[in-house]
Amino acid sequence: MALSGAALTTIKEVDAMSILSQSFEASEKAPKYDLVAVLGGEPEVMFRKAIAEMGGMKQFIKKGDKVCVKPNIGWDQPVEMAANTNPKLVAEIIKHCFDAGAAEVTVFDHSCDDWRKTYTNSGIEEAAKAEGAQVVPAHQESYYKSVSLPKGKSLKNAKIHQAIVDSDKWINVPILKNHGGAQLTISMKNYMGIVWDRGFFHANDLQQCIADVCTYDKRPVLNVVDAYRLMKTSGPRGRSLSDVVLSKGLFISQDIVAVDTAATNFFNQAREMPLEKVTHIGKGEELGVGTTDLEKLKIGRLRV
Amino acid sequence: MLKKIRVTLSILLFSLITLYFLDFREFLPDWLQWLTKVQLVPALLALNVVVLVGLLLLTLLFGRVYCSSICPMGIYQDTVAWLSKRVNKKKRYRYNKAKNGLRLVVLISTVAAFILGVTLLVGLLDPYGAYGRMVTHLLRPVYLAGNNLLALIFTSFNNFTFYKVSLYIVSVSSLVISLITLLGIGYMAWRGGRSYCNTVCPVGTLLGFLSHYSLFKVRIDETKCNACGLCAMKCKASCIDAKNKRIDYSRCVTCFNCLGSCHRDAMEYKLTSPLRRKKAEETSEARKTNNQVPTDNLDASKRRFLTVLLAISLSAKELVAKSWSGKLLPKRAFKRQTPIAPPGVPSIDHLLQKCISCHLCVSKCPSRVIKPALLEYGLGGMMQPRLYFDRGFCNYDCTVCGDVCPTGAILPLTKEEKNHTQAGQVQLILENCIVYNDETSCGACSEHCPTQAVRMVPYKEALTIPEINPKICVGCGGCEYVCPAIPYKAIYVEGVIAQRRITIEHEEVDEIQVDDFGF
Repeated sequence: MALSGAALTTIKEVDAMSILSQSFEASEKAPKYDLVAVLGGEPEVMFRKAIAEMGGMKQFIKKGDKVCVKPNIGWDQPVEMAANTNPKLVAEIIKHCFDAGAAEVTVFDHSCDDWRKTYTNSGIEEAAKAEGAQVVPAHQESYYKSVSLPKGKSLKNAKIHQAIVDSDKWINVPILKNHGGAQLTISMKNYMGIVWDRGFFHANDLQQCIADVCTYDKRPVLNVVDAYRLMKTSGPRGRSLSDVVLSKGLFISQDIVAVDTAATNFFNQAREMPLEKVTHIGKGEELGVGTTDLEKLKIGRLRV
Repeated sequence: MLKKIRVTLSILLFSLITLYFLDFREFLPDWLQWLTKVQLVPALLALNVVVLVGLLLLTLLFGRVYCSSICPMGIYQDTVAWLSKRVNKKKRYRYNKAKNGLRLVVLISTVAAFILGVTLLVGLLDPYGAYGRMVTHLLRPVYLAGNNLLALIFTSFNNFTFYKVSLYIVSVSSLVISLITLLGIGYMAWRGGRSYCNTVCPVGTLLGFLSHYSLFKVRIDETKCNACGLCAMKCKASCIDAKNKRIDYSRCVTCFNCLGSCHRDAMEYKLTSPLRRKKAEETSEARKTNNQVPTDNLDASKRRFLTVLLAISLSAKELVAKSWSGKLLPKRAFKRQTPIAPPGVPSIDHLLQKCISCHLCVSKCPSRVIKPALLEYGLGGMMQPRLYFDRGFCNYDCTVCGDVCPTGAILPLTKEEKNHTQAGQVQLILENCIVYNDETSCGACSEHCPTQAVRMVPYKEALTIPEINPKICVGCGGCEYVCPAIPYKAIYVEGVIAQRRITIEHEEVDEIQVDDFGF
C-alpha cells in the first residue's frame, strides 16, 4: 500500500511538472526579462509597455486557449479607493489575450462584500464585458472544485473556482494594498479570491496558508501587479482617500514571489514595510514557488 | 364593464406588489414602492397625510375600492374564492347577517393595543402586513428556487443571465405564522368569499364604517326588483339581503359582481342623492325598531369588553416591558444583550411602535441580514426586523431597508447618514482570538471594518492583533460574520437602545510621492 501510495504521488508530481512546463512551452524564445517594472503612466499604457518588454502576450497565451483573468474585485469601493484592481488594466489584459488568439476569457473574484455590488461598483464587470470577456459569479460553493495541495504545510487541499480549474491559462491581476492581517496583499494573497473557504486560512496560520495555496500546480502564466494607486493604510478595504497614494506603478512577472518582493519594496517607499513583515512571501520561497532574490533576476526598469 | 375595470386593476396591482416583494435583482423601478405606501395601515403609521386623505376621499366617493383592488390580501381572497368556484360550479353565496359585534371588538382591541404600545396585534391582522409575510416566507422561497432552476439551465449553456442564490428558512416562527395566515384566511375565502374582510379585518371594519356615507353605491331599484336573490348568490361579501331588497354597505367591497347578475336591470352603481340616503336611513331605522335589537344589552357587553380589554392591554404592556428588560438566555458564547435594529430605526421603542412586520425589508435586503425577531425585543416585538450576521453583514453604503419601509419604522437614510449611523457597537473577546491563541496572523475582522473601529495594531514580532474603538463602530457586523475563531467568535456586535450619529475623524491627505522603483 505504501508503495502504491508513493507511486501515485510520483505520478501526480509528474503531472504537475508537465502542466508547469506547458505554461513555459509557449515561449519559443526566452523573454528578455524575468520581471518588468514600469513607472509613471496610465494603467493600460504601463501594461502595454511591460508586456512588450516581456515579449508580447503571444509568449504566454496560445491560439484557442481558455483564459481566466483574476483581478481583485473584493470590495464595494469605487476605483479611486484602490481597493480593487484598476478596470482599465483588466480591460487591457483581456484585449491582449484575445489578440493573442484566446478562445475565451473569463473574469471572476470571490468577493468579500456582496459580489453584485463589487462587480458593479469596481467598474470591472462593465470594462471586462466591453472587451468581450465573460464575467462569472463566485458566491456559491458549487462553483468550486476540490484540488489537493500535496506541497502545502497547513493547507493540504482547497476548493478552487472552476473558472481557474477548467482554464488552459490564467493571469493573476492583484492590486498592491496594505492588509491588516497579512500586512500586504499582492499576487500571492490574491489567491484567496480563487478559493471557497477563506475562513480556514485565517483560522490555520493565514501566512502559511497563503504560501501553501500558491503551490497549486496550475500556476498563473503571468502576475500583473496594479500599483497605479496603492492603499497604504486601513487595508484591504480602506476608509477614505487619505489611505490612497497615486503611485503609478506596474509590475509583471511569471515568478509570483519575485513580483511580490518587488512590489513590497516599492510599497516600502510609501510606508515602511520591510519584506520580513510580509511573512507569506518568504514562506512561498521556502516552498519553492519563486525567489525573493531579485539580484539573480533579469529585471527591466522602465518609465513612461 | 365596471367589473372588468375592477378585475383588471386588481390583477395589475396585485401582481405588481407581489413582484415588488419578490424582485431581488432590482429589475423593477423604485416608484413601485408606492404600492406599499398607499396601504392604509402603513400610511397611518407613517402619518402620510396625502395617502390618508386620498383613501378617505376614495372611500367616501366610491366605497371600499381599497378593499377590492388595492389591498393585496383582498385579491388573494378573491383568487381563492374564484378557484373554489371553479372546483365547485354549483357554489352560491348567501346573505349573512353582519357580525358587527365581532368586527367592533377586533377593531377596538387592535386600536387599544396599539395605543398601549403593542403593535403586534395590528401587525398580525393588518391585511397588507400579513400578505407581505406570506410572500416573504412562502412565495419567495418558491421564486428563488425557480430562479435557481433557470440559473442551472442557463449556466449549463454558459449564459450567466441568472445566478444562483441561497435558499433557507429565514425564521421558523414567521414561516409558521404566515402559513397559518395563508391557510386560515384561505379557508375563510374558500368557504365564504370576503368573510375575513367583513368579520376580522380592522381595516375592513374601518372602511366599512366610512362606506356608509359613500356617494356612489350599488343600489337596488325596488320597483324593478322581484327579490329573486340572484345577486345575493353572486355576492362574495354576503351583504345583499335580497328578501328585504337591502344592501349592507359596510360590507360591500364594490366588486360589482352583482350588477351583471340581475336579469331585470334592477341593480345600478350610481350617485346617491343625500335625500335618498336620508330616506334609506329612515327605513333602516324603522326596521331596527321592528327587529327590536336589544341595544342596551349590546352596549353593556361592549362596555364590559372594553374594560377587560383595557386591563389586558395594560398588563400586556407590562409584559412587554418585562420581557424587554429581562435578559435573554444565552445561546452562544457571547451574549447579545440588546438586539440590533436595522440602521435608520431611531430607537427600539420607535420600532416597536411603528413596525407591522410586513417583512418587505427582510425580502429586500440585498445582504440578507434582516431576520424577524422571536422574543429578542420582547413579546410585542415579535416578528419585527433585527440584524443577524450568520449569513452576511450589512453593506456599508446600502440604504435599501429604510428606503422601502412603508410605515416609517425604519427611516430612510442618505448614504452619508448611513455611513455615520451607529446601529450597534463592536465587542472583542480577546481570549477567543486566533492571533492571541495561536500566534498566527488573521485580521479578518479588521479587513471587513469600513470605519476601522477594529484595527490591527502591532503585537509580537510580525504579528498584528485587533484593537477596537466602539465609538466609531456602525454595527455592520462584518467582523462578527467573518471571524473564523471556533467554537466561539472573538468579536461581535452589541445592539444599542437608541441609534446615534458617529463622528469619524480622517487623517489629512498627505501628498506622498513615490518616484522610484524601490529595488
